[in-house]
Amino acid sequence: MEIRHFTCINCPMGCPLSVTIDDQGQVVEVQGNTCPKGDAYGQSEAVHPLRIVTSVVPVLHGDLLMVSCKTSQPIPKEKMFDVIQALKSVRFEAPIHIGDVLIENVANTSASIIATKEVQRI
Amino acid sequence: MENNKQLVIIGGGPAGLAAAIGAKQAGIDDLLILERDHCLGGILNQCIHNGFGLHTFGEELTGPEYAWRYIQQVKDLEIPYQLDSMVLDISEDKTIRYVNATQGVCQVHAQAIILAMGCRERPFGSLSIPGYRPAGIYSAGTAQKLVNIDGYMPGKEVVILGSGDIGLIMARRMTFEGAHVHTVAERLPYSGGLKRNIVQCLDDFNIPLQLSHTVVDVHGKDRIESVTIAQVNANNLPIAGTEQEYPCDTLLLSCGLIPENELSAKAGIQLSKITNGPIVNELLETNKEGVFACGNVLHVHDLVDFVSQEATKAGQNAAQYILNHLPETQHEIPIETSGLIRYTVPFSIDPSRMDDKQVIRFRLGNVLKNGYVNVYIDDKRIIHQKKMIRTPGEMESIVLKREWLSDATQSIRIETEVA
Amino acid sequence: MDVDVLIIGAGVVGSAIAYYLAKTDLKVAVIEKEEDVCTGTSKANSGIVHAGFDAIPNTLKAKFNVEGANLIPKLAKLLNFEYKQNGALVLCFDEKLRDHVEDLYQRGIANGVKDLKIIEKDEILKREPNVSEDVVCALYAPTSGIVCPFGMTIALAENAADNGVQFIFNEAVETIQRVQDGWKVNDRYHAKVLVNAAGLYADEIHNQFVDQKMNITPRRGEYLLFDRSVGNLCSHTLFQLPTEKGKGVLITPTVHGNILVGPNAQAVETKENVNTTALGQEEIRSKAQITIKHLPFNQVIRTFSGLRATPNGFDFVVGQTADHFYDAAGIESPGLSSAPAIGKWIAQQISEQLDAKDNPHYIATRKGFIDVKQLSDEEWNDLIQQDPAYGIIVCRCETITAGSIQDALTRSLPARSLDGIKRRVRAGMGRCQAGFCLPRSMEIMQEQLGISLEDIQLTNSHSKLITSKVKEGIHDGKQ
Repeated sequence: MEIRHFTCINCPMGCPLSVTIDDQGQVVEVQGNTCPKGDAYGQSEAVHPLRIVTSVVPVLHGDLLMVSCKTSQPIPKEKMFDVIQALKSVRFEAPIHIGDVLIENVANTSASIIATKEVQRI
Repeated sequence: MENNKQLVIIGGGPAGLAAAIGAKQAGIDDLLILERDHCLGGILNQCIHNGFGLHTFGEELTGPEYAWRYIQQVKDLEIPYQLDSMVLDISEDKTIRYVNATQGVCQVHAQAIILAMGCRERPFGSLSIPGYRPAGIYSAGTAQKLVNIDGYMPGKEVVILGSGDIGLIMARRMTFEGAHVHTVAERLPYSGGLKRNIVQCLDDFNIPLQLSHTVVDVHGKDRIESVTIAQVNANNLPIAGTEQEYPCDTLLLSCGLIPENELSAKAGIQLSKITNGPIVNELLETNKEGVFACGNVLHVHDLVDFVSQEATKAGQNAAQYILNHLPETQHEIPIETSGLIRYTVPFSIDPSRMDDKQVIRFRLGNVLKNGYVNVYIDDKRIIHQKKMIRTPGEMESIVLKREWLSDATQSIRIETEVA
Repeated sequence: MDVDVLIIGAGVVGSAIAYYLAKTDLKVAVIEKEEDVCTGTSKANSGIVHAGFDAIPNTLKAKFNVEGANLIPKLAKLLNFEYKQNGALVLCFDEKLRDHVEDLYQRGIANGVKDLKIIEKDEILKREPNVSEDVVCALYAPTSGIVCPFGMTIALAENAADNGVQFIFNEAVETIQRVQDGWKVNDRYHAKVLVNAAGLYADEIHNQFVDQKMNITPRRGEYLLFDRSVGNLCSHTLFQLPTEKGKGVLITPTVHGNILVGPNAQAVETKENVNTTALGQEEIRSKAQITIKHLPFNQVIRTFSGLRATPNGFDFVVGQTADHFYDAAGIESPGLSSAPAIGKWIAQQISEQLDAKDNPHYIATRKGFIDVKQLSDEEWNDLIQQDPAYGIIVCRCETITAGSIQDALTRSLPARSLDGIKRRVRAGMGRCQAGFCLPRSMEIMQEQLGISLEDIQLTNSHSKLITSKVKEGIHDGKQ
């Protein structure tokens, strides 16, 4: 058994959650929440916390120097820096359109890195 | 160069774009957006994080994506816009003087004007923090521009003063891009930032948030070398003995936003001392007939979705004004506030011109837990709304129904009630 | 390098000496430890052109102040810098101190100050309605003025550069040797005459060659600068009559329409202690409210401090204090007002000593930086036609164009730092304090100077603004 602590993000209450996890990694109980949203948040944060990662990467021959990008879906929180690392030495040729896939299966997360900005070629 | 337009919108950020679309769709074809930057979209272009548009589009977008949806609409609707154009002043008869590199100094006369200039960050200078004035002190938004648009780091060892959302977001951005964020100090006993940002931008990276703390000294003559942070008492004064020095090469500031109303003030538009934005009626019209305001130039918003909603209304109202569809104003009832309510937008309502369901937005001066917001019309309570928590950082709203008001209505009052 | 005259220090005094020497055929150089002119005491002061009633009669301070105050309006026209004769009031808030006002009046008369008079409460409040009702009477000095201290220093130095004076920046004076027929500085600059205008550090140079030793103490003065939106708080420079509690603080408009409040006076440990302090700020706030009761402190856009170079002796040290060695040392207040007269006088002495002729190619005037706010629409449009950069507003708060910033970077004495740009054309000087225009100004510097963003400095080479590109130095799976 293990108890992990989180702050609920669903509203400004920011309830301090205590999530009890058994030896199989299953959530036994969420405490400290005020509403059902907090329970659900506690369950998911304790077992598989996910985050969208956003960043910028350099563009060649574009009207902008950098293009902003994001993971196509939330990725496991512990992989955030692997994703950033994968963006370290890449660069892309303009033009780039919003939604263009820049990198597939980034850092083996099965998410893609997609562009979130339009860059014209100059 | 001089010409006439039905409507000129000053600012091509989220407010200006939505206002233009609202006006165009309400029948105004002869309009112009004046934007001072190289591109439309305003500050959203540098807000590359996600979390925008949940209310409007039902999905989480990044800032540039959210802006792009409105820019596309502006282009599809063939709404004219002029980039790199700085408005210099607005005259009594609604002639707008602006300048750009290709046309020079221009004048355009407008039947109606929508102010959508946005806001700026409270600068270091105005905080009167003791110490040196070295390189390495940036407002969070300036750092955001350098990192997200230019791809450069303003520093590697970072302390952040103020826990506004931009500061929190930049704590994560700087961390991702290779910096070490030592701490975030917040002078107030609570953060003005969203809970989600505190968790995902600070807690995720073990960055401590120190409430009731502020920077009391800045060290380093050329480039910043360290800051001293101390706890403050209830009167905001540093408590002796609590000082702690943090070595750093960068101090980022996220200490509040101020509506940019220099143009409005020069044009004789009445401003609120509380919001620093124009005082507007139910149409979002200022004290100058035919001049409307929306977005962060009117009052600082927490979510861009509300900016878009408000600006769309301003655009529609300006269209009604231009097309002469507005009834004459009958009697304008000021909205009185008390308790923790700092202000409302609009500031007054004319029952004969209001929407069937008029949104009243407001902010609180302090945290209210399990309290009520009450609305009284002629001393009769018609809204009694409980919420587990309301905070100064979040914009609140209530809806007033026209059926509740009449020409005989004398007063509208909105207050908070502690549980 | 071989020159006739080497001036140490490019503050307002060094620049004034260079300006007057440039009228001659002498070969002149100025050596400065920082990256630009006007980076020490000259950049952080009240910007007042004192009428001259304050100095003790028959001192160098009195002589140079009154002469300097007469020169500045003429120089402002010739060299195109901002100056305004706004008049000053020395306010007395205690009937018992009326005699002191009279003393000051008499001192002014003795110094040759024109048009002084003592005025009473009614007239004070008519002239300055925001002044506290507690005021009793005041000394009125109509010839007192305000000047942009950067503008004046840069104008003097730039005209000197236009006329052939060489400026050596980023080089501190490390060694000075007396050699045959002159001086050798840092082992590479040979000069017949050496001029010491080293500001706070002038004592260190002076003491190497002059028997009568001197000692300069840094005395810090803190200031508050208010936004232009409250620029109409007062129109005259408002001094407080000194009392047994001290000298008081002044409130003055600046030539650019801000309001400046300060300074206090505090001895500090080092000559680099240009920090502000909580106590100092509080002192200024409370003292200033004696003059104007309800100051809008929420409109303060910047707080800063400057150091006065206070000599142990009572007066300026100006003149040939050793053979072929000239001092312009211990120039504390009224140093800014006195600088042109000091420069003129020292230049004259040196010219006679070295038997100088007139500079045959002398350019007497200088074009100022263009302030588009001062132009008519027609003039502005003509300018934009010639150079579209004048149609691009970079600094919103002060309406400063890309054209002006480019101009600042390409003059004979160009800006080499962001502060250098700010001091020349005011980009970043407004209420947002460069929040918006900083990245834009950096881009223009990058283009104009052909340097990388990582090389851009706020002031000197230790004040870089950018540390690296994004993601440099990040490691696997770790923050």
